[in-house]
Amino acid sequence: MSLKEKLVSSFLAFELDTDINSPIHDIRSKSIKEFEKVGFPDKKNEFWKYTPIKKVLNEELTIFKKKRHLIEFDKVKDFFLGGIESYKIVFIDGMYDPLWSSTTHKGADICILSSVLENKKYSNVISKYYNTIVDSKESFSLLNTSFSKEGAYVNIPKNIELDKPIEIIHINSGGESSLMLQPRNLIILEKGSKAQIVESHYSLIGKNNISPYTFPGYIDPLTNTLTEIHVEENANLDYYKIQNDLDTTSIIDNTYINQKKNSVASCHTFSFGGNIVRNNLNFYQNGKNINSILKGITILGSNQHTDHHTLVHHANPNCESYQEYKGIYNDKSTGVFNGKVIVDRVAQKINAFQQNNNLLVGDHSSVNTKPQLEIFADDVKCSHGCTIGQLDKSALFYLKTRGITEKDAKGLLTYAFANNVLENVKMQVLKIKIKKIIANKIGVSLGFEL
Amino acid sequence: MLKIENLHVNVENKAIIKGLNLEVNAGEVHAIMGPNGSGKSTLSAVIAGNEDYDVVKGKILYNDENIEDLSAEERAHKGIFMSFQYPVEIPGITVTNFIKTAINSNLKARGKKEMPANEMLKNIREKANLLEIDSKFLSRSLNEGFSGGEKKRNEIFQMAMLEPTLAILDETDSGLDIDALRIVASGVNKLKNKDNAIIVITHYQRLLDHIIPDYVHVLQDGKIAKSGDKNLALQLEEKGYDWI
Repeated sequence: MSLKEKLVSSFLAFELDTDINSPIHDIRSKSIKEFEKVGFPDKKNEFWKYTPIKKVLNEELTIFKKKRHLIEFDKVKDFFLGGIESYKIVFIDGMYDPLWSSTTHKGADICILSSVLENKKYSNVISKYYNTIVDSKESFSLLNTSFSKEGAYVNIPKNIELDKPIEIIHINSGGESSLMLQPRNLIILEKGSKAQIVESHYSLIGKNNISPYTFPGYIDPLTNTLTEIHVEENANLDYYKIQNDLDTTSIIDNTYINQKKNSVASCHTFSFGGNIVRNNLNFYQNGKNINSILKGITILGSNQHTDHHTLVHHANPNCESYQEYKGIYNDKSTGVFNGKVIVDRVAQKINAFQQNNNLLVGDHSSVNTKPQLEIFADDVKCSHGCTIGQLDKSALFYLKTRGITEKDAKGLLTYAFANNVLENVKMQVLKIKIKKIIANKIGVSLGFEL
Repeated sequence: MLKIENLHVNVENKAIIKGLNLEVNAGEVHAIMGPNGSGKSTLSAVIAGNEDYDVVKGKILYNDENIEDLSAEERAHKGIFMSFQYPVEIPGITVTNFIKTAINSNLKARGKKEMPANEMLKNIREKANLLEIDSKFLSRSLNEGFSGGEKKRNEIFQMAMLEPTLAILDETDSGLDIDALRIVASGVNKLKNKDNAIIVITHYQRLLDHIIPDYVHVLQDGKIAKSGDKNLALQLEEKGYDWI
C-alpha cells in the first residue's frame, strides 16, 4: 500500500472520537477527499521541481502515535529563549506538554488548539478563521487539515499589546519510529493588537545517533506543520521560525498570513538544518497600507536541503512588501529560493522588493534561485535581485590588511553576511540566540560580545 | 625601515611599475605625487600585500627583511598599515567589533595577550575623540552608508588604534571637504613620531599644507622621475607634471 492509500484509509479510525456533526469533522472530511484526488506532488510538478520530497515520504510513516515519551529538562533547556519571561506552548511528538508550558486565558487566549476546536464557546471564532486562508489544492496543507488535532491557539484581543513573547516549541523525542506529525497553529491578532511569536522545531534523536531507541529500520519523523495567521486592521505581528534540526529529520511548513488594512506583519525564517526542509510562506494583503516583511537566513551543511517558496499577493493599493533571504551552503548542501509576487490590477502604487543572496562555500553545494513576478498593475515599483557566489575578494583583502588572518576574515565576513538580516529583530534575547547559532554554524570564534 | 629596490610590478600582465627605488626611514614623511595611471595606488597595494599584483622583479625590504612572500595579514602584524582610497563597506559588522577583532588578531600574532575590555573601550574613546568621531558612529556597520569624509576618518581611526610603524595613506584627501581634511590631517600629525614613518599618496598639494612632508617624489610611468623637498609639491601645483 502506498503512503497515500495508507493515510486515506487511516482517516476513519483517526476520526473515531470526533462528533460527526461537528463543523471540524466536515472540514477534515472534505480535506481528505481532496487529498485523495491531489495526492503527493511528483517531480513533474514545477512547485516541487528542486525538492525531492518523495525521498522522505516513506511508506512506513504513520499518523498514530504509540506512547508518550518523557524527556529530561536538561536535554531541551537550550530550546527555550531563556533570560526573559514568555508564554510557552510545548509539544513533544505532537502532544501537548503541560509541564513546560505556560499558557493563559487572561487578557488573551494563549493555549492549545484541541481545547478550542471542539469547544462550543469558540465555535464563532473557528468558523470565522479556521482553515479559511489555506490553499485548498496543496497536498500537504490538505493532509494537515485532515489529520491535525493539536497545536497552538493564540488570540490577542483588540488593542492589546502582549506583555511578553510567545514561544511555540515542537520537540521530536525520537522515541518512536515512523511518526508523521501534523501540528497546526491558529493565530489571531484582533484590531490594533500587537504580539511577538517564536516557533521552533527540534529533534532529540535521529537514526544516526546512538540511543536506546535506535534500532535497525528506525525511520525518522516527518513533521508536516501548518500555521494560519490572521492579522486584523492596525495590528502588528513579528513572527520568528527557528528550524535547527538534525541531519535526518524533515519538515514541511505551510504558513498562511492574511493581513487587513494598516497592519504590519513580519516573518523571519531561520533555517539551520534538517534533512529536507520546505517552507511555503504565503502573505495575502487584504486591505490598503499593509506592510509585509519576509526575511530568512539559511545555513546548511552535509547533505541538508532547504527550500523557501514565498508568495506575496498584493491585492490592494498603497501596500509594501520587503523580502530579504540569505543562504550559506557548506559541504554538499543544497537550497532553493522561489519568490513569487502577484500584483493585482487594482493594486496600484505598491512597492515590492525582493533580494536573495547566496554564498556557496562547499565545492559541491548548490542553490536554485528564482524570482517570479506576476504584475497586472501599471503604476507599481517592483524590484528583485539574486546573487550566487563567494566572498568578496576586496573585502577579504581589506580585513587582512588590518591583521585579521585569512581564516578569521572569511569567518567574520560570512558572519557579517548573515548577521545583517537580523537588523530588525527587536527581541534582544532572540537576536543574541540566533547570532550565537550563526557563529557556531559558521565555525567562527568571534572576539566580541554579541 | 622601507627599502624598495628596482621594483617591477605587473597587473594582469601589464607592466605598471617599472624600476622603482625608494627609501623611507623612521621619523620621515614621504609624499608620492603623480598623474593618474602613474602607478601610485599600485605601489601602495603592493606594499600592503595585495595578491592581485605580481612583483616580477626587484625587492621590497621592510626592516631589512624581504616581505615578498608575506601575506597581507603578516605584513600588518609587522606594523604595515594602508589607508584605503576606497574603503570596503561591510554590512553586518560594527566599527567597534571590527577594530576589536583587528587589535586582538595583531596582539595574538605578536604573541601577546588580548587587550582587556575596559582598556579597549578607553582606547577606542580616546582615538575616536582624536578624530572627532561620534560614539554613535562606532556602532554602525563598517563603512556602510558612510560619507566620503566618514570613511576616511574611519581609516585614520583604525590607524590610530593599530599604531603601525609604516602607514601608507592612499589618496586619503580625495572626497574630503576642508573640515574633514583638517581633522584627518591633524589626526595623522598627532600619530606621527620618531619611530614611525608615513607615506602620503596624493594628487594634490592641499593635503601637504597640513601634513608637511620631508620628501616629495614624483611618480611617472612607473618610476620616480624626480625627488625633492616640500617645495617640489608647490612647484607641481603651479606648473603641473609636464615640465619634469
